[in-house]
Amino acid sequence: MDELSKEELKAYKEAKSLLTDERRLSFGGWLRKKGWKHLVGWVMVVYSIFPIVYVISGSFANADQFTSTLFSSFTTQNYVDLFEDPYRPFANWFVNTLFISGTAAIGSVFLSALAAYAFSRLRFTGRRAGLLTLILVQMFPQLLALVAIYALLVNIGNVFPFLGIGSQLALIMVYLGGALGANTYLMYGFFNTIPKELDEAAKIDGATHTQIFYGIILRLAAPILAVIGLLAFIGTSSDFVLANIILTKPESKTLAVGLYMYVSDQFGQRWTIFAAGAVLAAIPIVALFLYLQKYIVSGLTGGAVKG
Amino acid sequence: MSTETRGPTWQLPKGRTKSNTALNDGGTPSLFGTLVKIVLLGLMSAAMVFAIMILIGNEDYLFAGIVAVATLIVNWVYLRRGRLPAKYLAPGLIFMAIFQVYVVGYSGYIAFTNYGSMHNSDKDDAINALLLNGQTRIAGEPVYPLTVVTDDAGELNFLVTLTDDAGAMQVKVAADGEVLQQVTPTEFNSFGKATAAEGYTELPFREIAAIQEDVVRAKLYLSDDPDSYFLMTPDASQAVVFGPRLDYDPEADSMTRVEDGKVFFDSGEGTYRSSDGEDLAPGWRVEVGLLNFERAVTDPGIREPLVRVTIWTFAFAIISVLSTFILGLGLALLFNDAKLRGQRWYRVAMVLPYAFPGFLSAFVWRALYNKDYGFINVVLFGGAEIPWLTDEFLVKISILLVNLWLGFPYMFLITTGALQSIPSDLMESARIDGASAWQQLRLIKLPLLLVSVAPLLITSFAFNFNNFSLIYLLSGGGPKDFDATINVGHSDILISMVYKIAFSTGEGRDFGLASAFSILIFFIVGTISYFSFRRTKTLEDVN
Repeated sequence: MDELSKEELKAYKEAKSLLTDERRLSFGGWLRKKGWKHLVGWVMVVYSIFPIVYVISGSFANADQFTSTLFSSFTTQNYVDLFEDPYRPFANWFVNTLFISGTAAIGSVFLSALAAYAFSRLRFTGRRAGLLTLILVQMFPQLLALVAIYALLVNIGNVFPFLGIGSQLALIMVYLGGALGANTYLMYGFFNTIPKELDEAAKIDGATHTQIFYGIILRLAAPILAVIGLLAFIGTSSDFVLANIILTKPESKTLAVGLYMYVSDQFGQRWTIFAAGAVLAAIPIVALFLYLQKYIVSGLTGGAVKG
Repeated sequence: MSTETRGPTWQLPKGRTKSNTALNDGGTPSLFGTLVKIVLLGLMSAAMVFAIMILIGNEDYLFAGIVAVATLIVNWVYLRRGRLPAKYLAPGLIFMAIFQVYVVGYSGYIAFTNYGSMHNSDKDDAINALLLNGQTRIAGEPVYPLTVVTDDAGELNFLVTLTDDAGAMQVKVAADGEVLQQVTPTEFNSFGKATAAEGYTELPFREIAAIQEDVVRAKLYLSDDPDSYFLMTPDASQAVVFGPRLDYDPEADSMTRVEDGKVFFDSGEGTYRSSDGEDLAPGWRVEVGLLNFERAVTDPGIREPLVRVTIWTFAFAIISVLSTFILGLGLALLFNDAKLRGQRWYRVAMVLPYAFPGFLSAFVWRALYNKDYGFINVVLFGGAEIPWLTDEFLVKISILLVNLWLGFPYMFLITTGALQSIPSDLMESARIDGASAWQQLRLIKLPLLLVSVAPLLITSFAFNFNNFSLIYLLSGGGPKDFDATINVGHSDILISMVYKIAFSTGEGRDFGLASAFSILIFFIVGTISYFSFRRTKTLEDVN
């Protein structure tokens, strides 16, 4: 850059600053350039977190002064009351949710992994049709058939009472019914990225197909299976409608169905206790979600947004 | 079972790597694996044989046959050698076949029946229920003196002084629900009413008052035929003869109402119906053909809400997708600026609504919107009583605002991802060519963005189309539409209407009509999926 005239240098600097935004800004300029972004940012932060702050504040408020201002009173009594209501057994709901969603998540990952292994590693007639069917089935959520699911479980309950309406096992079975459609295609994609040479080497060394499945495919795909399982867990733990029609007894309900009992009753009387329950119910899911955020975004977009 | 390879590793000839049909044969199964397989198969088969026996006992031969065939197929799949694909697919397919495919077909069947709380069993059960439930006082029968007594164990009993047609007196006793048995009376009052018997003593009046409800509800049967007449006491001192309200004639398959002699015949639609169109409840399940669909079209009390709900469902889904997309995209453009300080924290805060469990969000917003106590009315509007969730128009705005809150973080995340994948030299050259910010957005960013995001917008539309939780947990579909003959509210979408018709307590459950509406949703979702399939390339990737 030697031998530049003053004007040329000035023009160069101007052009550079235009392209790279490196000018020193006056306050007005800063406000126009950056400040309004912070303003919008703050508005969005308030909008985003206000309802959540409101629940947290409510969970620590005295029952009679929860609406007026945030954090106007402080008590932990709501958390105590939450666990001492015999008609609304919160601890049971929590354990039920962990049990039902956990079992359904593990079961559905296992079933989908079996199917994805067949689609990825084996060649058979009907393979393409099978994959297409899975994509098609995935389009129709189970809740569209909720009347038939209810009627079917009434009928099953006539033969095996422990699998009828009111049974948590029945609910898990219904969730497993949706497993293949939801996860297989995703897993099929991941299994395809594991080199086939690995299983062929093992096969030549005398490994059986089960040894290849458990020993190679599942081991290598374990991290991604865990992520899919946790996502399935988040999904089932938030299900309301199937759990609501199938689980009938208060002590066998899940958090989503149980907490609805608080809200559908007269508002106000138990809002602060509900808020305590909501905070406890939300913590594990929000934590899981933030932990898995990058997988959620890439997983959700994985099929469609090709890099 | 270890991943390490034993022995030398070979480089496979190039041709072999693609064809792995050899894998389909599997290797030699281990003893342990074989044992586990046989035990599991045995347990499953035993349970299925048990189920088949119960089904045959219930004379349900069709399902007994289906279960038998399915059990045989599963055993065949796992006991023969080879055929690995079937072995890996079977477990998932069984669950999918029952709980995702069969139930759809079953919905289709239920849509052609009158299944519901008034028609939930077969004809024999309905006849029994009609005879047992419809009971009435038999006119012309005498009234008998009665005494409330207790037996030696202190149990409540009733002592009745009966007179037969010949005028002979009999003293009998029974507890609630039992047949009257003869006893030896020990005391009579001045009107000739037996007040005590061997082993039975009269209960003082004030004690009767305390158990009044048990007394007036008690039924004392005159014989052990369950259809027989029985006695009830309205005042704890007299026994009145009750009997079935209806008289069943098996020959003519008709019901005659005792009090007015009206005759009801099998209508062919699952009820007994009189000549002037009165139906007896309960009825029984029958196939009714297109009746449910006909009702949806011809009954204005169903048709009008259905049309309104369908329009609102589309409006709700479309506006939700557009509003969340526009806000999400706007924020993504704004914050896709690595030099903005605190950008990371803004992002974390804005993702929180998406991370917070959806059902809890609906509950929280329901509280915020509450007319009398909600934060929005009390604090933001200084005590105004704005009916956010109970006004038929305002409730829709409220729902859309909540869905904006719930949905914008997702759109923010995916549009940020898509924006970052647009090559930066593309934007740079546009800038050098003098494109304005608006031109850059409209001509470069947006078209590139839509290519990758469009399929997700369709998915988002399909999700919101059936967003039951939000509607049901936030507003309950309310406010209720009083012009409709079905239980439906002004903010209901199709799926929440189906739920309320099928499962709302208080009003009759109508599974048939609910299933007919599910079929309608199936067709809509199917059409949308078909078009989205045609637009995306997913299908071409399957090879």
